[in-house]
Amino acid sequence: MPVVIVDGKEIEIGASERLNGIQAARRAGVEIPHYCWHAGLSVVASCRMCLVECGKRDPATGKVTMQPRVVPACQTPAAPDTVFITASDKVKNARAMVEEDLLLRHPIDCPICDKAGECLLQDYHFQHGREARRADIQPFTSRRRELGDTVTLFVDRCVMCSRCVRFTREVSGTSELLVINRGAQEEIDVFRSEDGEIQFPLDNKLSGNVVDLCPVGALGDKDFLYKQRVWFMKSHDNVCAGCATGCSIKVEENQDRVYRLKPRENPHVNQWWMCDEGRYGYDHVHDPARVTQPRKRDGKRHVNIDWSQIAPELDARLRKAGRLAAVISPHLTVEEAYLLAKYFRSLDPQAVLAIGPIPTEGSDEKFPTGFTIRAEKCPNRKGVEAVISRLSGGLVNWGDLLGQLASSRFGAVWIAGGYKSPWNDAQVAAKFSDVPLVIVQDCFASPLWDRADYQLPGATFAEREGSYVNATDRLQSFRWAVRPPAGVMVEGRLYWQLLGREGMYRASDVMAEIAREITYFSTATKGVPDVGVDLKVNQLA
Amino acid sequence: MPDFQPTLLAQVGKPESHTRRVYEQSGGYQALRKVLKGMAPKDIVETVKSSGLRGRGGAGFPTGLKWTFLPPNHPGPIYFCLNADESEPGTFNNRILMEDDPHQVLEGLIISCFATQARVAYYYMRCEYPLAFERTTAALAECYEAGYLGQNILGSGYSLDIYMHRGAGAYICGEETGLIESLEGKRAWPRIKPPFPAVEGAFRKPTVVNNVETVACVKQIVERGVDWFKSIGIPPDPANPRDAGSYGPKLYCLSGHINRPGCYEAPLGITCQDLIDRFGGGIWKGRQAKAAIPGGISMGLLKADEFHCPLDFNGPGKFGCLGLGTAAVVVMDETTSMVDFLLNSCRFFSHESCGQCTPCREGTHWATQMMTRIKHGKGRHRDLDLLAEIGETIGIMPGTTICGLADGAAWPIKNCIKKFRQELEEYIRRTNPTGWMETNPVPALELVGIH
Ligand SMILES: Cc1cc2nc3c(=O)[nH]c(=O)nc-3n(C[C@H](O)[C@H](O)[C@H](O)COP(=O)(O)O)c2cc1C
Ligand code: SF4
Ligand code: SF4
Ligand code: FES
Repeated sequence: MPVVIVDGKEIEIGASERLNGIQAARRAGVEIPHYCWHAGLSVVASCRMCLVECGKRDPATGKVTMQPRVVPACQTPAAPDTVFITASDKVKNARAMVEEDLLLRHPIDCPICDKAGECLLQDYHFQHGREARRADIQPFTSRRRELGDTVTLFVDRCVMCSRCVRFTREVSGTSELLVINRGAQEEIDVFRSEDGEIQFPLDNKLSGNVVDLCPVGALGDKDFLYKQRVWFMKSHDNVCAGCATGCSIKVEENQDRVYRLKPRENPHVNQWWMCDEGRYGYDHVHDPARVTQPRKRDGKRHVNIDWSQIAPELDARLRKAGRLAAVISPHLTVEEAYLLAKYFRSLDPQAVLAIGPIPTEGSDEKFPTGFTIRAEKCPNRKGVEAVISRLSGGLVNWGDLLGQLASSRFGAVWIAGGYKSPWNDAQVAAKFSDVPLVIVQDCFASPLWDRADYQLPGATFAEREGSYVNATDRLQSFRWAVRPPAGVMVEGRLYWQLLGREGMYRASDVMAEIAREITYFSTATKGVPDVGVDLKVNQLA
Repeated sequence: MPDFQPTLLAQVGKPESHTRRVYEQSGGYQALRKVLKGMAPKDIVETVKSSGLRGRGGAGFPTGLKWTFLPPNHPGPIYFCLNADESEPGTFNNRILMEDDPHQVLEGLIISCFATQARVAYYYMRCEYPLAFERTTAALAECYEAGYLGQNILGSGYSLDIYMHRGAGAYICGEETGLIESLEGKRAWPRIKPPFPAVEGAFRKPTVVNNVETVACVKQIVERGVDWFKSIGIPPDPANPRDAGSYGPKLYCLSGHINRPGCYEAPLGITCQDLIDRFGGGIWKGRQAKAAIPGGISMGLLKADEFHCPLDFNGPGKFGCLGLGTAAVVVMDETTSMVDFLLNSCRFFSHESCGQCTPCREGTHWATQMMTRIKHGKGRHRDLDLLAEIGETIGIMPGTTICGLADGAAWPIKNCIKKFRQELEEYIRRTNPTGWMETNPVPALELVGIH
């Protein structure tokens, strides 16, 4: 195995691996500070924060020859026998210089900057900067300028790493951002007319990513701006429920309130990115219109009912209902789908299992580096379908089920919705008029909700735990990020109770069971890593 | 140099010297005919290599060697960029050639393109040269007319097109990869190397970038031979294994406080003193010299008692300067304030820094800020230490930047503080009697806009 040597430590690299100095050092547990380099963008080696000493070890004699000058680690290939020195005085001085330089004209308005607490300029200053200012004291200027609907620019905070510019050129392919002026007068901007009017705003479906890329507080996310100090938030790994891509994300919340979603690196799904629709698509979680009171029908009206009564009461009624059907939304997790399906099939071995409507919008959109926004606006069609097919031996879709309603004389139909907004109309609801027992679980009221005999408030993605299977058959698991509002019971918990299972509902236990029972999921038997598992691997074998 | 006959400037001064007619009357385009009749491209490369010609654009890189870096047997296209962005302060030799003898440049360029097998060349000229542009454009038209350009040149089967491209007034467009970016229609942010242009240059194809004077030398070498070229100049310094020698004639640009400023041709290696005395007619107004820039402001400073410095590629380095650069000598007399010199130099580089490398963008700006404050009577001794530190730490030599602009910014600072520290300190103490010893940060002065 070829080796590179980082601060005297030998690390092995794969023969075909092409790492740079930053990546090689990471393997050795050494973090080289850097601003402009990002694994998902081209290398410009301009910020010079990553300067290190570099040399070569002669494999025959073991003699090391160092280059006299410092080199940017981001631009230096970690070829076999390369020697990196990352902690010498020379390197420390170079870092101190860059940090000092970047602070010469920086407004240092951290108290009013959203980035404070997760800002590389701050962190690196503490780690690598000088103790005291040596440069002249600048009058304070911190200008703000609009770039578009999603992102705003705090001009003077920019460290000119050009990540945002490269992103719009290389990843979104839209090239809205540019550098204006020259030298120390340089600023990030969009194309404007002479009078400053924006001609081409930052306006693409991936725009929010530039805020994540910005190492400092220069780019502000308008959705998040001034809402929360970052150190108050807790971050939870999750998966975006916005479309069938299923981007790996982080849900960031404080006291059960979601403040922002951020992409989480996953080379198999979303690389480092997520789309704006997903990023800003969490409003429904805290929508005041969400239903939060379980009720049951009492003649023409609905009356409140306590959650503790619900499972026993429903179980008793369903056992006597005769022919059963359950509709499982593609917003439910694999585990939830499995539990509900299991439950219904245990009551009625012939129970019809159908998948709920699949929301679609437009067609798939593919960006230059491969990132894809899917037309299918739900996270788990494939997972739910796999469960249904296996447990009922066939797949019934929403349209099929509606068609069967008139002839099949169901004794009870359970509809697990979980959609982001009302999704059915009066005509649909009318089709259920002859079903004696209709149970609807959902987040928002709708005609069908009004028709229901039992109205059971359900969870949103941030409150669920479990797994989704995305468009490319990758299964990703996640835990809940916030507790549901009072009055809502997460679907999986209710199904767990209905099945009369002991203890707490834990999705990972259920997944282990599913992986044993349904071949499609067997890759998940040994647990699911952060980046998920590929279920196709198993199909091919 | 009574026995030295100018060759590069031989045409300059003749009436109508910029026309093809006059150029051809004195043997113009015979070298091209010779090349196209009987020489193989690799023969020319060999000839140029053995002549020891080093690039005249500033870095002094051996021209023949650079050409051999092109990938062998490349299917093309290979591009040739003629660097006529000439923006180094004090430098105007390209301008003289382009205005008064554009055909010499074009003949040299066509031969160089043939040698490198480029079929497209870009002539990148700074926009501040309207006359040079006009005459070069006219000369190009004359070449097409005469069949020196276009398809199947002089029946040789070799074809070449040359396109004029005008810069928009930025020093950094002279840096070869800045030039290429600019040519491609982008912001002139120099590229990281490797890959070098010879491997991946304009439009991601192998590209040669040479200076105007360099290709003029190529023409002369092809016409007069390697021996002639090597009979002029200075052989390698045996004490310096990295010196490749300094052969051939050179155009020296002499300006500043002298009696006869101008562009003069002399053998490489003439001393600064000789240049001033024999060509420049001595220091003006009967004054004494104080200092000189040896080869464009990037190269640093020679003190008057260092004027015996030979102006070859190896000479200025022995006096702490960066190198020969563009061989543009700017002379300052005894009345010149070194504070003014350094402020001017710092301002130029902070204005011209392309701004991508942090140390260059911020270092040059910080230096200008301090020099402005010093100039306005608010300087401190400490500023000189900070300036010296900036001078020591920015540039490709220490490894902290992408291109050599930062080195060019550093050298005047370093040289000036080393060689004139006493004067600078005296100025600071005299103009800031109560604050010169301050070491804590002081308020910044508003910088005067320099756009
Ligand atoms: C900041 C900077 C500015 C430069 N400006 C010029 C220029 O105006 N003209 C030029 O010929 N070379 C310039 N150069 C040098 C070029 O990068 C390059 O070395 C040269 O054009 C090569 O030609 P030569 O080998 O014929 O000298 C500059 C270099 C730097 C770093
Ligand atoms: S705005 Fe942010 S990402 Fe863009 S160049 Fe400035 S610091 Fe970098
Ligand atoms: S050294 Fe200066 S001019 Fe050169 S690339 Fe870097 S910032 Fe631009
Ligand atoms: S991270 Fe290497 S130079 Fe910016």
